[in-house]
Amino acid sequence: MALVEITDYGLFCAQAGVYIDPWKPVERALITHAHSDHARYGHKSYLVHHHSIPLLQKRLGNQYYMGIEYGELVNINGVQFSFHPAGHVLGSAQIRLAYKGEIWCISGDYKLQEDGVSMPFEPVKCNTFVTESTFGLPVFNWANPTKVFNEINHWWHQQASQKRTAIIFAYSLGKAQRILKGINHDIGKVWVHNAVHELNEAHVQVGIKLKPWEVLTIDAKPQPGDLIIAPTSAETEGWLKRFAPCATASASGWMAIRGTRRRSSADRGFVLSDHADWIGLNTAIKSTQCENVWVTHGYAATFSKWLRENGLNAIDIQTPFTDQPVMDLPTEN
Amino acid sequence: MKTFVDLFHQIDQTAKTTEKVEALTSYLSSASDEDKVWTIALFTGKHPKRIATSTQLKLWAAELAQIPYWLIEESHHIVGDLSETIANVLPDYPNPSNRSLSEWMLALTAVKKQDEERRKAFLIEAWTSFTKHERFVFNKLTSGAFRMGVSQQLVVKAITRHSGIPENTITHRLMGNWSPIDTNYHSLIVASNPLDAISKPYPFCLAYGLETPLETLGTTNEWQAEYKWDGIRAQLILRNKEVFIWSRGEELITAQYPEFANLPNNLPNGTVIDGELLVYKDDRPLPFAAMQKRIGLKKVTAKNLAQSPIVLMAYDLLEYNGEDIREQPLQTRRLLLQKLIEAAHESSSDIPLHLSQAIAFDYWDQLVQERSNAPTIGSEGLMLKRLSSIYETGRKKGNWWKWKVDPMTVDAVLIYAQSGSGRRANLYTDYTFAVWNEEGALVPFAKAYSGLTDAEIKEVDQWIKKNTIDKFGPVRSVKAELVFEIAFEAIQESKRHKSGIAVRFPRILRWRKDKPASEADTLENLRKSIQQ
Repeated sequence: MALVEITDYGLFCAQAGVYIDPWKPVERALITHAHSDHARYGHKSYLVHHHSIPLLQKRLGNQYYMGIEYGELVNINGVQFSFHPAGHVLGSAQIRLAYKGEIWCISGDYKLQEDGVSMPFEPVKCNTFVTESTFGLPVFNWANPTKVFNEINHWWHQQASQKRTAIIFAYSLGKAQRILKGINHDIGKVWVHNAVHELNEAHVQVGIKLKPWEVLTIDAKPQPGDLIIAPTSAETEGWLKRFAPCATASASGWMAIRGTRRRSSADRGFVLSDHADWIGLNTAIKSTQCENVWVTHGYAATFSKWLRENGLNAIDIQTPFTDQPVMDLPTEN
Repeated sequence: MKTFVDLFHQIDQTAKTTEKVEALTSYLSSASDEDKVWTIALFTGKHPKRIATSTQLKLWAAELAQIPYWLIEESHHIVGDLSETIANVLPDYPNPSNRSLSEWMLALTAVKKQDEERRKAFLIEAWTSFTKHERFVFNKLTSGAFRMGVSQQLVVKAITRHSGIPENTITHRLMGNWSPIDTNYHSLIVASNPLDAISKPYPFCLAYGLETPLETLGTTNEWQAEYKWDGIRAQLILRNKEVFIWSRGEELITAQYPEFANLPNNLPNGTVIDGELLVYKDDRPLPFAAMQKRIGLKKVTAKNLAQSPIVLMAYDLLEYNGEDIREQPLQTRRLLLQKLIEAAHESSSDIPLHLSQAIAFDYWDQLVQERSNAPTIGSEGLMLKRLSSIYETGRKKGNWWKWKVDPMTVDAVLIYAQSGSGRRANLYTDYTFAVWNEEGALVPFAKAYSGLTDAEIKEVDQWIKKNTIDKFGPVRSVKAELVFEIAFEAIQESKRHKSGIAVRFPRILRWRKDKPASEADTLENLRKSIQQ
């Protein structure tokens, strides 16, 4: 029997009796990162990188969390587990399993770009690599983040000079902190939606240095020229009216597609992703020196076919992970 | 090229027309005359023909990007735009080219005539001298289908702001079949030379659909009512003893309609008539399908002329005795038009020119009756025009209204979906609908793209992704579950379609969430409406 199999509950290691990122409640869950499609409610215990604990606490409340350090070894019924940086968001990890000379690496979500917040991706040598494929098409290739932040700063500066408030919509875990850190705070004051604020605090709690922000409370009055970072879910007509005149932007890898960009209600789209791009996925897989690849959420069928043509034993597997993590924090201000 | 690419992105990034006009105006004031002419040409639909098929483009781009052909194809399905797909599978190249827009466009025009190897070499040279953004715009320009989110009216506005020449004059100067290759900015926009304008049409005046009750239009004696015909809206121009026919799409279609070749004997010089080309036989117009056959003809034979003779149903007179009379009231223009047509008919027995008759009415209610009778004489409804109105440029609200017969509708089941392109790329928006046949199977009968709100489109898209049965390339077949009310204008028998019928202008009226697929309409029912 394979060391890892796919069950109705999720990826399962029978030898150790644990699930990785299960989508139904289980006894023992190992969690790659705190996004809600990977870390779900209802497990009896959660083994996570210790930086994920304050994030999970915000989302799932008090649960039975066990924290682990990157590289620390845990033996469960003969299977050796360890967590390795995935570079996706704070506390994100690739989970390595070793048993009788066979090595698996379940990478969760990852990116190769450094974001200044999460621990950068480290390749894990393995026989079988489980990879996401959110942006697993050759049309997705990210520009250098410095260039993207220049674009964002330029846009913000433009709005400021026209006496408008700039609003950026971004995932509240990961992207929001990355933007907060990457932008030029000389342009104006930065406000964040409460959902972002709570996660910012969780970052600070584990020693991550962010940059100053103001909380967008219900009676906060951002001035023209200020910048607001908010999750997409905050965007409703009434909410936006509070900040008129304003300009909106969306920061996501999906903004690389013009159709998506034009369809989004935001005025501008910035291509900034916490997932690996095409080159990133291919580089990561090569660096693991694996023979087998399990391709999950994203363009799994296409990407696995490509890998097979390149000599790897790749299959696509169906998981309910999504390409759009939602943080189910209250969106009230 | 860089400034043009910037312009493209400025326009692409905003939905506000004022910002678009501003961007275009400021571009015009800094661009060279050559680039100006090309930009005006490109923005008004005069784009060069493509220099490679989409298969060739995919093959060459795959080779350059070192990825298999199928992967480019797969990416294209998801991105929904080949220009963008090719732009994105290649990296930003560090040696950006300095060629101007007009230099690129001339090179493109020249290479068009060369063999495949040269065209490939040209494209590869171009692709590898651009950033992604530039490559995308370049690909759009070479795709043979360049479109920009800018209407002709906005282009005219920008040129007016740049040149100080009135909008109506600019609109007129932009019409006709000039080519950016042999036209310079001065002769196109600045110089006024009536001689080269003998074939030039006037911009068409277009009407909106009536949205309010008839009574809100005011008193009946201020209005003219006439039938609305479903053919090709056209302008017939007679100047210097020559006939020119322009379609609304600004195509010169004179050669396709030899029926009008003798008109210089029957109409005075300096006549411009706005009307509808119709296939007209036994004193009534034939359905649009008959017209369609004529449109498709490369060469018109005597047999075609006998089988589907064309007339112009005349609506309006724009030029009389060489004088532009668009500013005169409709009432006056119609009287002159009537006089011209009567005189023409007196001069010869077989004139392919009919006056679109005004419908006499005293009460609005009478028009309700007239409208419902319209289909029996092959008309698609009524047109209402204010008698005092001038002939306006473009689509304006207030003086002209179209009031079409209510469409036919049918409840149909969604069976196939395909993702759209442009704004709808990567989103399933192109649907195929089916009705039940006698054997209890669903038979596709119409494709429709529009009619849902953005929120509904999103919901249907999600549903499609979850309920896909099979994929054929970009097309997904889905579970027969969702029912939509489809409206269409006309229905005809068709041997080309599996269902045996063809409908005109199908569109989604609403999503029938209340109806299960089993209660959708039957083919039998649809067929019945052909006979009506």
